[in-house]
Amino acid sequence: MAASTDVKVVGTRPSPFVNRVQFALNLKSIDYEFIPENLQAKSELLLKLNPVHKKVPVLVHGDKPVCESLVIVQYIDEAFPDGPSILPSDPYDRSIARFWAAYIDDKWFPAFRSLEYAKDEESRAEVLEKMSEGLVLLENAFVKCSNGKGYFGGDTLGYIDIALGCYLGWLKAIQIEFDLKLMDESKTPVLAKWAERFKNHEAVKGTLPETEELLNLMKVMKAAKAAAADAESEASK
Amino acid sequence: MALMPHILVHNFWDVLTITIENLTLVLSVHIFGLNFGIRRFWVIEKFTKTVIICGEEMTSENVFLLNTCPSMFCMRVRVALAEKEIKYETIDEDLTNKSKLLLETNPIHQQVPVLIHNGKPISESLIIVQYIDEVWHHKNPLMPSDPHKKAQARFWADFIDKKVFGPARKIWSAKGEEQEAGKKEFIEILKILEGEALGDGPYFGGETFGYVDVALIPVYSWFYAFETCGNFSIEAECPKLVGWAKNCMKRESVSKSLADPMIAYETVLFLKKLFGIE
Repeated sequence: MAASTDVKVVGTRPSPFVNRVQFALNLKSIDYEFIPENLQAKSELLLKLNPVHKKVPVLVHGDKPVCESLVIVQYIDEAFPDGPSILPSDPYDRSIARFWAAYIDDKWFPAFRSLEYAKDEESRAEVLEKMSEGLVLLENAFVKCSNGKGYFGGDTLGYIDIALGCYLGWLKAIQIEFDLKLMDESKTPVLAKWAERFKNHEAVKGTLPETEELLNLMKVMKAAKAAAADAESEASK
Repeated sequence: MALMPHILVHNFWDVLTITIENLTLVLSVHIFGLNFGIRRFWVIEKFTKTVIICGEEMTSENVFLLNTCPSMFCMRVRVALAEKEIKYETIDEDLTNKSKLLLETNPIHQQVPVLIHNGKPISESLIIVQYIDEVWHHKNPLMPSDPHKKAQARFWADFIDKKVFGPARKIWSAKGEEQEAGKKEFIEILKILEGEALGDGPYFGGETFGYVDVALIPVYSWFYAFETCGNFSIEAECPKLVGWAKNCMKRESVSKSLADPMIAYETVLFLKKLFGIE
């Protein structure tokens, strides 16, 4: 383990974006203090550290804050050069890693997110189709990037592993909760195997929330939403 | 002659290797190479209709840019290439009729810019700019070397990408309330950049022109178009930012790479017609 380097992570346990930061720190064997945040009542600390977006995660290294999960992951890779590299060293390979991470965040995740708003079977099927197509692209990318090894990063977790793997907890929980097939082993068999490998990696296990925890969280969120809706309809009477 | 590149190779011997089954092709290449000594050649192969560009002797760096003049994203790459004094070939795209090369080098997004270096394509403007900065790191570095300052630069470039273009689009493509909302948001975002990111300047990077400057300066070439469509003055609202932009324009890499504001305005008019917007 590296000596204490005065590193703090402000975040919430179930956030995939916060998890990304944790995976990166774990990979580099960096000790850190986790400062839990309440997103329903944001702290003065968060507002001070991230005045622009007011979001988690925020990494604080010494007294310097870094915001935006992928910016933080790149920072961790550069500020802590000991330990496995998260981004490849070759500029072209780095551009490929950045390309797929951007694709995941700009195209694939918004499709995933839009499931929540798909009101009927048809629109839901459309979203699932989009997500599935995206995963096929990512499977092809995996084959190219992994060079026959177990991760997008080759032997160790890399940038794309972290960018995509953070969603695996929620993917499974939503799959169970809504009885949907989000990662189809028949369409993306290689990616499905990668997913299991990723979840069991020492930098991930214990950090990526367990399915049970997320299912319970969804129950709590659903109840809170229902209570709020009831309160609203009561107030309007 | 219309350019229809299909396969990119980067030296004469590659051409010979991949076309060995077509003697006509090989002979043509050979003849061109000997008799004309030209540094660039197109060879049209009858049966498969492929055109091969040999890039080896064209430039010392084998750099191509799939480009459109008014694209702010292409301008970012043009500025970065100019900062590094890289020789490159521009391949102008017609986005209403995308070339095979574009569709093959950027199949996911099918957009410009695409940089092709030694036969390998890179897409997404900021990813390209980082690539250029890392490969040609010895000349005019765009990123600071300190990891935290680098993180700050990446943060603000990401902010620009997420926040600027949505409202900007509303200014020229919407009307009434939606346009007003776009104007308001756009100015708010510029004010945040002015206040939080620009600092004492003269550049976002401080003393040196850098990554965030490259990310934002192309938007300045569209200010005239926005102001005309939205009937407002950006300088009146954000004088510090416009001051920064005028400073950047003094750099040759910027003034030669940015499209003329009239081109941006004409593009807006063209797009409005294309999308049936009044």
